[in-house]
Amino acid sequence: MDCHKKALELMHKHLDGDITRAEEHELKVHLEECLACQKHLHELKRTVTLIQSTERIKAPEGFASKVMDQLPIEKKRVRYLRWFKMHPVLTAAAIFFIFMLTGLFSVWEKDTQLMVSNPENLIVKGDLVIVPEGVTVDGDLVVQNGNLRIDGTVDGNVTLINGKLVDETDVLDSDGLMASVGAVNGELKEVDAVFEWVWYHIQNLVKGVFAFGD
Amino acid sequence: MELIIREKIKQVKKGDQTAFEDVVMFYQDKIYQHCLRMLGNQHEAEDIAQEAFIRAYVNIHSYDERRKFSTWLYRIATNLTIDRLRKRKPDYYLDAEVKGTDGLDMYSQLAADEKLPEDELEGLELQTYIQKQIAELPSKYRSIIMLRYLEDFSLQEISEILDIPIGTVKTRIHRGREALRKKLRHV
Repeated sequence: MDCHKKALELMHKHLDGDITRAEEHELKVHLEECLACQKHLHELKRTVTLIQSTERIKAPEGFASKVMDQLPIEKKRVRYLRWFKMHPVLTAAAIFFIFMLTGLFSVWEKDTQLMVSNPENLIVKGDLVIVPEGVTVDGDLVVQNGNLRIDGTVDGNVTLINGKLVDETDVLDSDGLMASVGAVNGELKEVDAVFEWVWYHIQNLVKGVFAFGD
Repeated sequence: MELIIREKIKQVKKGDQTAFEDVVMFYQDKIYQHCLRMLGNQHEAEDIAQEAFIRAYVNIHSYDERRKFSTWLYRIATNLTIDRLRKRKPDYYLDAEVKGTDGLDMYSQLAADEKLPEDELEGLELQTYIQKQIAELPSKYRSIIMLRYLEDFSLQEISEILDIPIGTVKTRIHRGREALRKKLRHV
């Protein structure tokens, strides 16, 4: 009896295609001497054939069009969402770009006030900063959102952000500007547009990083 | 064919709804047949088969293209039919007599719209008998027997469709075969 049980297990393995060579041989030997098991296997195989012989049923008429009618119309939001899901890198880039822009503009907005890096001894008239005659500014001078007139001297670089260098004499002759610049013992930089301003900040950052390294 | 379907699925994923119609056309008979054999009722089968396609469409972005689409689709359909069978009243069976008919059960309803010539009547009776035996199997054996022998899935694929271990699939297919053997050996 136990022998039949083993054979039955092997028959199912055989039907599932899981049987090993050795097992197949074992089953074959058993089947040769056991009519009951032979019959059993035959019935199992026939059962499978009978199942497979059943007719194939077709879907009712108009099945596909009924499905199509019931599909949800894609909302734009869904379509965008799907697009974002399919392009994660672009989405990340877009989000980064938005953050960067908002950050940039908020800093830009904040920066519309007049700022002078070292206002000692300087005269501020409205948005005009004057370095008076006889005054020497030690070190670099940065003026943001204002114009600068240099009557004295600056011992260092001058940077003008969103402003111009004005000269009393520039009405009289165009060389006045040059003469005035002569009073600066360093570089004179004017930063005007947003991009230059950004560039200036980046340069500062880089300089800062390297200075930190020193 | 798999390749064409693969291409269509890509188009559907890109938002091309019309490409989905071809996918439905290709699988509708198989999915409908599966639902009908599981549920034994044409209206329910049509409902559930449609629902399966709609769900496939709505969740198309969660379909992993490296896997077989039919396995994924059958998984949706099978889950829906199992849910439906669970919700169903326990006394609702295919053999239940249809109200207002004289001794007609659901099988006669199933065969009713098949127009077959007279000489195929005997074959039809055998067919009906076999189908009745399959339908009477417990649903956990029935689904596996159908997936294996009518829909030609491998045991591994069946294990994926039904989300059960392959060992369980084997045990159930053995029992299903044995149960059907007992019923069909005198045919």
